[in-house]
Amino acid sequence: MYQVGTLVKELTEKHGRLRESLMPILQGIVERHSYLTDDAMVEVAKELDISAAEVYGTASFYTFLDTKVRGKYIIRVCKTITCSMKGKGEIIETIEDMLKIKVGETTSDRMFSLLETNCIGWCHKAPAILINDLPYTELTSEKVVEIIKGYMHK
Amino acid sequence: MINLTINDQKISVPAGSTVLDAAKKLNINIPTLCNHPDLCIAGNCRVCLVEQKGARTLIAACAMPVAEGMDIHTNTLKVRNARKHVVELLLSEHRSDCTKCYKNQKCELQSLANEFAFGDTIFLDLVEDHPYEIDRSSPSFIKDDSKCIRCQRCVRTCSELQYISAIAVANKGAHQKISSFHDRPMSHVVCTNCGQCVNRCPTGALVEKTYIDQVWDAIYDPDKHVVVQTAPAVRVALGEDLGYDPGERVTGKMVTALRQLGFDSVLDTDFSADLTIMEEGTELLTRLKKALVDGDKKISFPMFTSCSPGWIKFIEHKYPEFLPNLSTCKSPQQMFGALAKTYFAQKRKIDPSKIVSVSVMPCTAKKYEADRPEMRDSGYKDIDYVLTTRELAVMIKQAGINFKNLEPSHYDSIMGDSTGAAVIFGATGGVMEAALRTAYEIVTGREVPFNNLNITPVRGMEGVKEATIKIEGCTDDWKFLEGAELKTAIAHGLTNANKIMRLVRQGKSPYHFVEIMACPGGCIGGGGQPIPTSMEIRKNRMKAIYSEDEHMILRKSHENPDVIAIYSDFLGKPNSHKAHELLHTHYVEREQY
Repeated sequence: MYQVGTLVKELTEKHGRLRESLMPILQGIVERHSYLTDDAMVEVAKELDISAAEVYGTASFYTFLDTKVRGKYIIRVCKTITCSMKGKGEIIETIEDMLKIKVGETTSDRMFSLLETNCIGWCHKAPAILINDLPYTELTSEKVVEIIKGYMHK
Repeated sequence: MINLTINDQKISVPAGSTVLDAAKKLNINIPTLCNHPDLCIAGNCRVCLVEQKGARTLIAACAMPVAEGMDIHTNTLKVRNARKHVVELLLSEHRSDCTKCYKNQKCELQSLANEFAFGDTIFLDLVEDHPYEIDRSSPSFIKDDSKCIRCQRCVRTCSELQYISAIAVANKGAHQKISSFHDRPMSHVVCTNCGQCVNRCPTGALVEKTYIDQVWDAIYDPDKHVVVQTAPAVRVALGEDLGYDPGERVTGKMVTALRQLGFDSVLDTDFSADLTIMEEGTELLTRLKKALVDGDKKISFPMFTSCSPGWIKFIEHKYPEFLPNLSTCKSPQQMFGALAKTYFAQKRKIDPSKIVSVSVMPCTAKKYEADRPEMRDSGYKDIDYVLTTRELAVMIKQAGINFKNLEPSHYDSIMGDSTGAAVIFGATGGVMEAALRTAYEIVTGREVPFNNLNITPVRGMEGVKEATIKIEGCTDDWKFLEGAELKTAIAHGLTNANKIMRLVRQGKSPYHFVEIMACPGGCIGGGGQPIPTSMEIRKNRMKAIYSEDEHMILRKSHENPDVIAIYSDFLGKPNSHKAHELLHTHYVEREQY
C-alpha cells in the first residue's frame, strides 16, 4: 500500500488546488497506482475543497481514470473495426488463456487487468494493444505471449 | 438594449438576456425542462429548441443570448418535430409508469408528453434493459434513477444553492447517471436531506418519502389519539396546492381541514416556536453572562440557532469543530414532540403510548430529524410521522374536502396558542427577530426599539444579513450588558451559511448570534413546500408570513399564554433541569466526505 495522502499533497503542490487542477492530479495518481481508490478520491476532495461526489463524477467520466480495482499493468485491447478484422478476437483469447482472466477482470496477484478500448490510432498496424501507456502493434498470438512474459519478469 | 424579432414580433431586451427571456416578455411560450429560475443555465435537455433564421442548426432558447437583429421562430414545423423527438427520446429512457407514480399529474415531463400528444413512439424503450436502482435509504426522500432524465437540476441545486454537491453527474453516454460518491446510499453520504433537489426535480426521480398511509392508519385506529402540529411556513404555502395563488394565508381553513381529516388534536408548532425563543433566548443571555461576567473561557461565540435540521446535518459534517457553538435547543418540531407525550398527555389524561404524534412541515429534513436516535426523550419516539406541506394537500384531496369552501377555525388549546413571533420563524431572519423581541425585553424591560416591533434589518431575501442591536437601559440583573452592541448575522441557503462558517473558521466573525436556515428564504422555501418554487413565489410567501404576524394580537413569545402556563405548571423556568431533559439535545460529529 502507498501513502495516498502524501502523494495527493505532492500532486497538489505541483498542480495547484483549483478546480482545473483536478484532472492532472487524478492522472498523476493513476500513473503511479493504476486506479483511484475511494481513499484517494476523498483525499483529493479534501485538498481541493470540493465534494467527493464531484471527484467521482469526473473520474468516472474518463475511461483511463479507473475507479475499480486494476492491476499494475493494464492491458487494453483495441476493439474497433480494423483491429477486429485483423484478429483482435484471437489476441484476447490468447491473453485470457494465459492470464486466466476474462475481459474486465484483474489477476488475483493484481499484476494484470484485461480491458477493451476504443480506437487508439494504430489501425495501420492492427491489431494493437496498450499496456499502461505503451502501444504494441501488428500482434500475433506468439508475439503477445512474449510481450506479457516480459512484463511478468519485470 | 438589443432588438430582435420573435415570430415576427419586435422586442427590445437588455444585452445578456436569453432568447427565452425575450420570448417570455412577448408572452410566447417555449417549453423548458432543465431550466429553473433559481439555477444557472444548463441547456442540456434541448426541449426549448427554436429556429434562428440564417443559423445552421436549431438553438436552445434558454442558453442562447440575444443578438441584434436576430430573427427567431418558435413554431415552425422543424422546431415542432425536433422538440417532439427530444421529448420522445427523453421518454425512451424514462420509466413511464405514470399512473403509479407519486408525481402523477405533477410531472413536467408528463405535461410535455401530454402537450405533444404522442401516440405510438418510433423509439425503443430502453428502460427495461437497464439495471436501474431505487435508493430508499434516506428517511427523507427516494431517488429513482429509472425516472431520471439527467437534466441536472438536482446537481445544480446541491452545488449552487447548498454547497454540498452530495450528488454529481457520473459516467458518460448511455451510462450517465446522477450519483453520490461511488454510488453509495444517500443515507451514507454528505447529504443534509434538505429536499431542495426534490423540490426542483421535474419528474418522479426525486420525491419525498411519504408517510401518508401510516398517518391514515393511525387516524382510523380507534385506540390511538392522533396529535398533529403544523409548522409556521405551511399555512402560507399549502393554498398553492389547493387552488390558491402563492402568498395566500390559509391558517384557519387548514385547521378545519385537519379536524375533518380526523386528527384528534390539532395543535401548533408555533407554540413550541415560542417556547424555543424562551429557551434559546435564555441560553444566549446565559452564555453572554458566563463569558462576560464569569470569564468562562469555554464559551465561544457566535451562538448558532438550531431549528433547521438541514443546517444541523451540514455543520455536523462540514464544521464539526463548531458543534459547541450550536444552541442546544431542539427544533420546535422536536420540542413539541417531547411535550406531546409528556405534558400534553398528562394534562389531557391520555396514555402516552396511545398518542401518535404527526407533524406537518415545509421540510424533508424534518423526517430525518424525527428519526434521530436522540429524539426519544419522552420515553417514546417523540414524533412518529412527518408529512410535508405537499403530503397534507394530497390527504386533503384524498378526503374529498372542498378546501376553498371551508370555514376557518382555531387550533385546540394547551399547545395551540401562538404569537406573531412564532409565525415569522418560517421566514429567514424570523427566529432572530423573535429572539430579539424577547431577549431585549428581558434585559431592558422595554420593547425592542423598532417601529411596531418590526426589526426590518433582519428581514428580506439577501443571502447574508447583518444587524447590530445596541443594548441600553438594562435592568439591574443585566447591567453588564449596558451599552453593549449585540452583533447578529442571518444566512439562508447553505451556500450562504458556508460564507459565514468560513469567516468563523478563520476567526474573523464579529458575531454573537447567528441564525441559519438550510433553505433559500428559510422554511417558506423549504424542500417540502409546494412545487414549483422561485424567488417570486418565496417572496409572496414571505409577505404572507409577515402579514400573519401583523394580524396577531400577541407578537412576543414570552406573552404566549400557553407558554406561560407550561412554565408555571410543568417546566419551572427556561433552561430548568426539566427543560434541559426534554427540550435540549446534543449533536454528532459526522464524516466530512
